[in-house]
Amino acid sequence: MGAKPAISARFGEFGGRYIPETLVGAHEELEEAYLAARDDPAFGEELAYLLRHYVGRPTPLYFAERMTRECGGARVWLKREDLAHTGAHKINNAVGQALLAKRLGKPRIIAETGAGQHGVATATVCAMMGLECTVYMGSEDIKRQSLNAFRMKMLGATLVPVETGSKTLKDAINEAMRDWVTNVRTTHYIIGSAIGPHPFPTMVRDFQAVIGKEARQQMLEQAGKLPDVAIACVGGGSNAIGLFHPFIDDPVRFIGVEAAGEGVASGRHSATLVVGRPGVLHGTKTYLLQDAAGQIIETHSISAGLDYPGVGPEHSWLKTSERAEYVAVDDKQALEGFQALTRSEGIIPALEPSHAIHHAMKVAAGMRPDQDVLIGLSGRGDKDMHTVAAALGVSL
Amino acid sequence: MSQRLRDTFAKGRAEGRPLFIPYVTAGYVTREDTVPILLAMEAGGADVLELGVPFSDPMADGATVQHANFVAVDHGVTLRDCFGFVREARAQGLKAPVVLMGYYNPILAYGEERAAVDARAAGVDGWIVVDLPPEEAGSFLAACRANDQSFIPLVAPTTKEPRIDILAAAADAFLYCVSVTGTTGQRAQMAADLPEFLARVRRHTSLPLAVGFGVSTKEHVAAVGKVADAAVMGSAIIAVVDAAGPESRAQSVREFVEDVSGR
Repeated sequence: MGAKPAISARFGEFGGRYIPETLVGAHEELEEAYLAARDDPAFGEELAYLLRHYVGRPTPLYFAERMTRECGGARVWLKREDLAHTGAHKINNAVGQALLAKRLGKPRIIAETGAGQHGVATATVCAMMGLECTVYMGSEDIKRQSLNAFRMKMLGATLVPVETGSKTLKDAINEAMRDWVTNVRTTHYIIGSAIGPHPFPTMVRDFQAVIGKEARQQMLEQAGKLPDVAIACVGGGSNAIGLFHPFIDDPVRFIGVEAAGEGVASGRHSATLVVGRPGVLHGTKTYLLQDAAGQIIETHSISAGLDYPGVGPEHSWLKTSERAEYVAVDDKQALEGFQALTRSEGIIPALEPSHAIHHAMKVAAGMRPDQDVLIGLSGRGDKDMHTVAAALGVSL
Repeated sequence: MSQRLRDTFAKGRAEGRPLFIPYVTAGYVTREDTVPILLAMEAGGADVLELGVPFSDPMADGATVQHANFVAVDHGVTLRDCFGFVREARAQGLKAPVVLMGYYNPILAYGEERAAVDARAAGVDGWIVVDLPPEEAGSFLAACRANDQSFIPLVAPTTKEPRIDILAAAADAFLYCVSVTGTTGQRAQMAADLPEFLARVRRHTSLPLAVGFGVSTKEHVAAVGKVADAAVMGSAIIAVVDAAGPESRAQSVREFVEDVSGR
């Protein structure tokens, strides 16, 4: 069955490589290149250099003192990925994969994007490395995130609006896959989350694990102990898996927060792990939002970045193995989380981590003052100002 | 393994004639169109019929087949319905082998074992599952083998030679060779390196080879017939369905298939 993979393609029963035959060679090649790069000190040094001097890592771990007081329970800490270059954690993965594409000798990059953060991160890195870049984005998301759409164009990327299906993230992934099937010989597809066929979920998690590695060390230095709980939002789940993974052998409780949209009961949500069931989409076996016949259901969330009917396969495994728990927070609650952090700490979060903030405040309130809650603050909220204003009934 | 498929390919070889395999998406344009179109394809000279199982996210399909999938999904057409269409067509006298083409998730949702059992009962002969390479197909392959269903692997121009053995080992009726690196859809010309690609595959298997993706015209079918055992045509058929009036879809498909198959 071909070369024996040196990293497992599966997380329990989840993961794998369910792809059209045309792409099999490219995935084998990518897996090989990734393994070689991971073991190559020169690659590690180049990545570390760029993460430090270009991305601005390590990002701070911030003790949210006023928010802690408001919650009246555990201490609340924020891992500030919003302070990374381009304003979100997405850049960690984009830098790593772009370096890999150069090793593969592929001069053309494609990417999908939902909220636009991954598209911006990829376009940014391509500008810096002189790579040709095409980004697929649902036309519905372009409407919601026009600022990010314009940023990508300014960075020299070709932005392709996707008009099929629900015109959001899943359709952008389908379209990027179609491009890749067609141009696989010259093109690398930088998937933006820990989703997709093997080796993407593992590779993206490894590139994002810098979040948790730093946070672990910073907690030990600043709090003198590990957190009791780590909380992050989950769409595809790359920031959450990046935060969780370095704590996997520690006694730290993991909570992933999905988007409940207009409420799980309304049917208009993106709460894949909370109410979905396993299936295969975009090359991987994982929890999905699907109907009885296996058709994928359209999702909804106020945040474009969580608006996805699948989830990274490692999260599916963390759920079924009960290592992590997953909850859903609705649009209205996310807005409350957004306002709470903005007013108490002067930090404007993106709507995606606002879901995690809302739930973290509830969790912290029920804990002791000598306990610690770590929140993955995955991105900043500038991109969401129009959405928030509209939701609050303010016209800008 | 489907004896009907084996016999059909053996007959084609014995007659020194390439087979013609048209495709249509089940439930496109409406549910009522599917059975008449299947019968019209056979009447027009098609040797094997490919019926598309609609899926909400057809990531390997070009615009034409994508659209047909979306329309059929909107009509609520499911894998169970596909079995119903084939059963009904058989009841009305359809003799040609029928192969279902689609994506893995609807099969998983239905239950792999049950899908193979119900497929046999309905008169289905085989499966082309675009996103299910043999490495991931263990349980479905076993279900197919236990129920006289042929699992039909795809081979791509980017498939490395050692891997062709793996694909051939999973096949028992024929291999589906993807003529181009790309999605399904009509193209002006066939890939220039097609003969070389097929020669590479033939070095690893004596099974019949069908060629699809981009086969758009009568000339393409003839050209494919010179180097392969069968030509598959999909998007061009959908285009014929689109161009016909609601009352004449089956008749138009029959005339088109007659012309292209030359039978």
